Amino acid sequence: MAVASVDLIGIGKRFGATEVLQDVTLRAADGEFLAILGASGCGKSTLLRILAGLEGADRGQVRLGGEEVGHLRPKARDLAMVFQSYALYPYMTVRQNITLPLQMRRLSALQRLPLLGRLAPGGRALRAGITADVDAVAGPLQLSALMERRPAQLSGGQRQRVALGRAMVRQPAAFLMDEPLSNLDAKLRVEARAEIVAMQRRLSATILYVTHDQVEAMTMADRVAVMQAGRVLQVAPPQHLYDEPASIDVARFVGSPPMNIIPALLDETGMVELAGHVLPWHAQGRAGARVMAGIRPESLVPRPGGLPATLKRVERLGAEAVLHCALPGVEDTVLARVETAIANGLSPGGTIPLMPRRVLLFQEAGLRMECRPHPAATPAMEGALG
Amino acid sequence: MAETRPGARAEALAAWALSLPALILLWAMLLGPAVAVLLLSFTGWSLGEAEMEWIGAGNYAQLAADPVFWTSLRNTLIYVGVCVPATVGLGLAAALLVESVGRGRGFYRAAYFLPVASTLLAMALVWEFMFHPTVGFVNQAFGALGLPVTDWLNNPDVALLALAVIGVWQNLGLAMVLFVAGLQGIPRDLYEALAMDGADGPWERFRRVTWPMLGPALVFVVSIIAIRSFQVFDTVAVLTEGGPSKSTEVLLYTMVQEGFTFLRSAYGAAITVVFLVFTLAITMAQTILLDRRAHYG
Ligand SMILES: Nc1ncnc2c1ncn2[C@@H]1O[C@H](COP(=O)(O)OP(=O)(O)OP(=O)(O)O)[C@@H](O)[C@H]1O
Ligand SMILES: [Mg+2]
Repeated sequence: MAVASVDLIGIGKRFGATEVLQDVTLRAADGEFLAILGASGCGKSTLLRILAGLEGADRGQVRLGGEEVGHLRPKARDLAMVFQSYALYPYMTVRQNITLPLQMRRLSALQRLPLLGRLAPGGRALRAGITADVDAVAGPLQLSALMERRPAQLSGGQRQRVALGRAMVRQPAAFLMDEPLSNLDAKLRVEARAEIVAMQRRLSATILYVTHDQVEAMTMADRVAVMQAGRVLQVAPPQHLYDEPASIDVARFVGSPPMNIIPALLDETGMVELAGHVLPWHAQGRAGARVMAGIRPESLVPRPGGLPATLKRVERLGAEAVLHCALPGVEDTVLARVETAIANGLSPGGTIPLMPRRVLLFQEAGLRMECRPHPAATPAMEGALG
Repeated sequence: MAETRPGARAEALAAWALSLPALILLWAMLLGPAVAVLLLSFTGWSLGEAEMEWIGAGNYAQLAADPVFWTSLRNTLIYVGVCVPATVGLGLAAALLVESVGRGRGFYRAAYFLPVASTLLAMALVWEFMFHPTVGFVNQAFGALGLPVTDWLNNPDVALLALAVIGVWQNLGLAMVLFVAGLQGIPRDLYEALAMDGADGPWERFRRVTWPMLGPALVFVVSIIAIRSFQVFDTVAVLTEGGPSKSTEVLLYTMVQEGFTFLRSAYGAAITVVFLVFTLAITMAQTILLDRRAHYG
């Protein structure tokens, strides 16, 4: 089968009493890189395993290239999986590891027999073809020099490339990757990310990529599906997810340092009142309604007329610094991300005015509310809105 | 020696002091007796004699010329040669079966392990009955199936085989338990990777994952079953006494006869040394295999 689209429709799954997946619907178009992002235990692996056929769903449909495959066994689905542990066969060389999927698919049971299989008719040409294909996959992954080693003799990054090679060699309809980079150190991870993305471009492969690392999801994927407790919260391109989170949970999960979530009120004109100050942001809602204001750390800028924040601590990241501040009447620490030059002039204990440049509003229940800058903003604030 | 770091000498002393108790015990309990047996085998001592006389390789020369010893050695090797493959094969099959059942695993494991844990001497009674020429279960069953029947324990052609059957029965549970431990150590995701790679039948699963992953367990099971089979003694002593016509004469039985019945202690020691050499060879083979081949790290 060629590269295909993947559809999960209304998938439900329970293990005993716990509902691990609830009505999950996802689509990856053919050639799309879809990341599935979620905290540990939210059901990402289970979803991938249901797609692969390693686990049965209680409800819902799995479609590959538009065709229902829910009844098919894993090997009949033509998917390749890269496991979190890589699951390389430890007693086989790199070459044997990568060769196995082709042997299983191209050789008959007779031709696969140990020793005897070599004598079976027609095997020689097939084997030569397999060897050529394996070498063709190994080259770009820089595995050619490692082909006769065992997995135990490889570094983490090399093992990860072998796992990729084993998945790629068959040219499956889609790739399923379950946190393939989580065992690598930070530097290798950045390299491996680039390798996977390059591979995806080269093969224009469909990839479902499970991760709990938002940076991975944001940098690699065409679209990101955010999952929580067995549900899909939002599916969107990375930038859209960051700018326009559909709910407070997505807003909290995406972005580092995380978005500030500050309890606020709507005043009688619908203006947002936060920490005792009325902000030039307006929303439709009943007067006195409790809401949650979401402000990204980089949208809080030190500027006269802003919210009076007390600086508690400065966290330096090199080019930038994160200011940990307290706002009057606000329990949680508020984070502001500023250039280092600005942070240099500040000392803990002092007061700085912080002006929100962009405010997202959420209902108390967590859903996003519409919220616009108000035209009647004060001059100082208008400057901030720039 | 080159200039050493200050304190290195004290450290070395401390290291020796700390390992000394273990070393002393190791020699006193394990290596000492072996050395004593080796030394004894070069003397002409008999139990009760006041003097010990060094006779060099005399006992070994006598062994080499003793047809009973050669029969005994041959029988032991045949016994081991039958018991090891049968026990390992059946043990593996039992382990695979027990692991594949959903319920009652604990029961099956305990049931198979029962013979290992119980005294073979007591169980020998049961086997004597089983092999009884007329009322025994074996002959009843063979007769019903139209198979040849015989007086198993008193027929020189099959007595050793009958003892081997008991040996397999006794050690099967041990092999199974060790294989079960090995099976449980196989990561599940290897089977899942295999299914994704296109192999999900029982034969491919066994051949591609189970068997190679059991490598270390297999080496261990083979060597431990081989050693235990070499030690065959109690069934011989109770059921056949080495007979009929020496057909079940085995190394340890010969040794006990010479050393304790005929009181030729030094001669018995020489047989023990032969026995120890085999045991040592198996142990070394196991160590080398485990270190080199079966280790995937
Ligand atoms: N075989 C199983 N039996 C019972 N519960 C299970 C089983 N597999 C998974 N679970 C439960 O289902 C939930 C989701 O598991 P899953 O492995 O899909 O999480 P995940 O999102 O992949 O987490 P992680 O990021 O830690 O890998 C967890 O609470 C887990 O305990
Ligand atoms: Mg997981």
